[in-house]
Amino acid sequence: MGRLRRTMLYVPGNNAGMMADAMIYGADSIMFDLEDSISLKEKDAARHLVYQAVKNLDFGGVELVCRVNGLDSPYGENDIEAMVAAGIHVIRLPKTETVEDIRAVEQLIAKYEVKHNIEVGTVKMMAAIESALGIINAYSIATASNRLIGIAIGAEDYVTNLKTTRSASGVELLYARSQLLNAARAAGIAALDTVFSDVDDSEGFTKEVKLIKQLGFDGKSVINPRQIPIVHQVFKPTDSEISHAQAVIKASDEAEIKGLGVVSLNGKMIDKPIVERAQRIIELAKASR
Amino acid sequence: MIEKRVHGKLIKPYEVNADASGKVLENIKAALKKANLKDGMTISFHHHFREGDYVINLVMDEIAKMGIKNLVLFPSSLGKVHETLIEHIKSGVISEIHTSGLRGPLAEFISDGNMSKPITIRSHGGRARAIEAGEIKIDIAFLAVPRTDCMGNASGNGSKTQCGSLGYAIVDSKHADQVVLITDDLCDYPNMPRSIVQDNVDMVVVLDAIGDPEGIASGATRYTKNPKELKIAELASKVITSLEYYKDGFSFQTGSGGASLAVTRFLKDQMIKDGIKASFALGGITKPMVDLLEEGYVDCLFDVQSFDLTSTASMYRNERHYEISASEYANPSNKGCMASMLDYVILSALEIDKDFNVNVMTGSDGVIMGASGGHCDTAASAKVTIIVAPLYRGRLATVVDRVTTIITPGDSIDVLVTERGIAINPLRTDLVEKLKKANLPVVEMHELVALAKSIIGEPQPIEFDDMIVANVEYRDGSIIDSIRKRK
Repeated sequence: MGRLRRTMLYVPGNNAGMMADAMIYGADSIMFDLEDSISLKEKDAARHLVYQAVKNLDFGGVELVCRVNGLDSPYGENDIEAMVAAGIHVIRLPKTETVEDIRAVEQLIAKYEVKHNIEVGTVKMMAAIESALGIINAYSIATASNRLIGIAIGAEDYVTNLKTTRSASGVELLYARSQLLNAARAAGIAALDTVFSDVDDSEGFTKEVKLIKQLGFDGKSVINPRQIPIVHQVFKPTDSEISHAQAVIKASDEAEIKGLGVVSLNGKMIDKPIVERAQRIIELAKASR
Repeated sequence: MIEKRVHGKLIKPYEVNADASGKVLENIKAALKKANLKDGMTISFHHHFREGDYVINLVMDEIAKMGIKNLVLFPSSLGKVHETLIEHIKSGVISEIHTSGLRGPLAEFISDGNMSKPITIRSHGGRARAIEAGEIKIDIAFLAVPRTDCMGNASGNGSKTQCGSLGYAIVDSKHADQVVLITDDLCDYPNMPRSIVQDNVDMVVVLDAIGDPEGIASGATRYTKNPKELKIAELASKVITSLEYYKDGFSFQTGSGGASLAVTRFLKDQMIKDGIKASFALGGITKPMVDLLEEGYVDCLFDVQSFDLTSTASMYRNERHYEISASEYANPSNKGCMASMLDYVILSALEIDKDFNVNVMTGSDGVIMGASGGHCDTAASAKVTIIVAPLYRGRLATVVDRVTTIITPGDSIDVLVTERGIAINPLRTDLVEKLKKANLPVVEMHELVALAKSIIGEPQPIEFDDMIVANVEYRDGSIIDSIRKRK
């Protein structure tokens, strides 16, 4: 059973106060940003600040992600080295379009793991796909490295690329979301949805979270702590889902003890996907308490 | 006529004309002459106009022109707008100050040891007690009133300014030797309903303007969107609803800080779910409280100070929104002290230490920057006192080993709610199990102190001189702490 990634909280890498408090809001992952939220003149300062935060602050076991600058910028490699040295869990690559983008970052991560005496393969990767080409290549990107734990869609750049804008219904993103999700599932990694920018529109936000949950996404990037409880509420299983899941797992465990190949509950056969779904519901229920 | 005092108050006959116009004067100077202001007298003011007050400065400027010296200034509180008093201290017009709050340049001036006599800081309840007990004798009260008639029936609801409750002014009007009302809205007789009654009023001065409406309602109702404050508020609301005092007819008070105000929002949601209604809310009244009243979740409001225009309007519109005096509010010697009927009070803190002592007065640099207010009064009286405060602000710890100044003693505080956990006073072991059972993040106080240090480090101690610049009087009249001159 993988780690829950219902919420990934964006924290600008130049804001020490927000970084110090990032873990108190219950997000499943915290993502320090060195890319778009940081102006060019602050790139070095932000990198240093995130390095110190990751190294010195206690984030209580929350998954720590850093969105680094692309390798086409003068900052990308420095970002990667600093984050590997600091002990970041996941490096998130922005604007991924091809397998080569992934491989280039992976090689640098490995190089700096060696340099800083970290076991090669420790630092994981995530790729954000933000263009039509990237969406076309979603599956090859998702399978380009064993370090990849998930792929995410970045909608703002993507809709611009499509020559449209975002709408309340999200119809313009339906193809990209479905394609990305399918690629992630085929590769066996997480699928994460894009941000919702209007933090005061909790109704619109809830609607979008319900949509992406139904599509099958693991979770969503959030830009304000106030969005976290809303996502967790939508992902929270109902009481009847929980009791059914408990019954499924109990029946599965009993069958295993008895050495039975076939599991059944109330006369209905339970196969592997049903057990997996039940396990996920129990995990979600535990996290939602 | 023979001068006679009863219970310290001068008894005197009135000799006004039948049409009562004899009380009305056209400027402050005339009132000062008629009141026979002398060197060394004690003069009082109220702070219902907050940062929009013109009256203290206008009266003091006029007094200075007359060459009067060595006055004891006894306002219910002072703000940044009273910076000009510095000149009157320098020139010897003011030699002593008693107040609840002090901010801005005047506070820095006093913190730097520029007054030969230490100022006295009192709580709102403590001030009312000291007046009624005769420990402080007000010679002349100068009370800004948004509207009055010619006899001195005054209210907080004028055509130019509105401040709602005149709760602090009421006490002064009852006990001062002479009462001078200062207004910019003289209306036809009688002005009803009234906060200050004509029986107590000697003079009415009519000016063009007595206050700035924007400053009167300045920023008190801060509708916070700060996620950290919201998290603290949500936790505090859960503390309230997890204890047995939370039942139909419970009562509560919230301070005016962002997090304390936000508690009301979360509390209301839970009250709707549980079908529970409160009997009364007390203290400084703000819009969230008025909303609760109007939506039927609280039975009535007792208002000593209306913080915004919504609460001001409500007091005159809603018959369940009652004005009370500072003495009824929080005076520990008052037979009907309403604070003593409180189930819950939610208060903020600049600092709180491992013994739960609270500082709301001095900043991290040792400079006076806050107000005692009703903090120690309500904390001592309520069944459950909850402090809501972030673990740290910027690079300054809120939860510390030892507070710079004690305003409220730790034994009055029951629960501290921070964004990183809830600490319970060891004196309230009865609360520990209940809050743990409610799945709330209960931690030890020393853990919070250590956590704050681990995140922001330990600052150098503030260096103070030996000179005392302020004495902090507890509500019962004892001196609970002193503030020294900063080095």
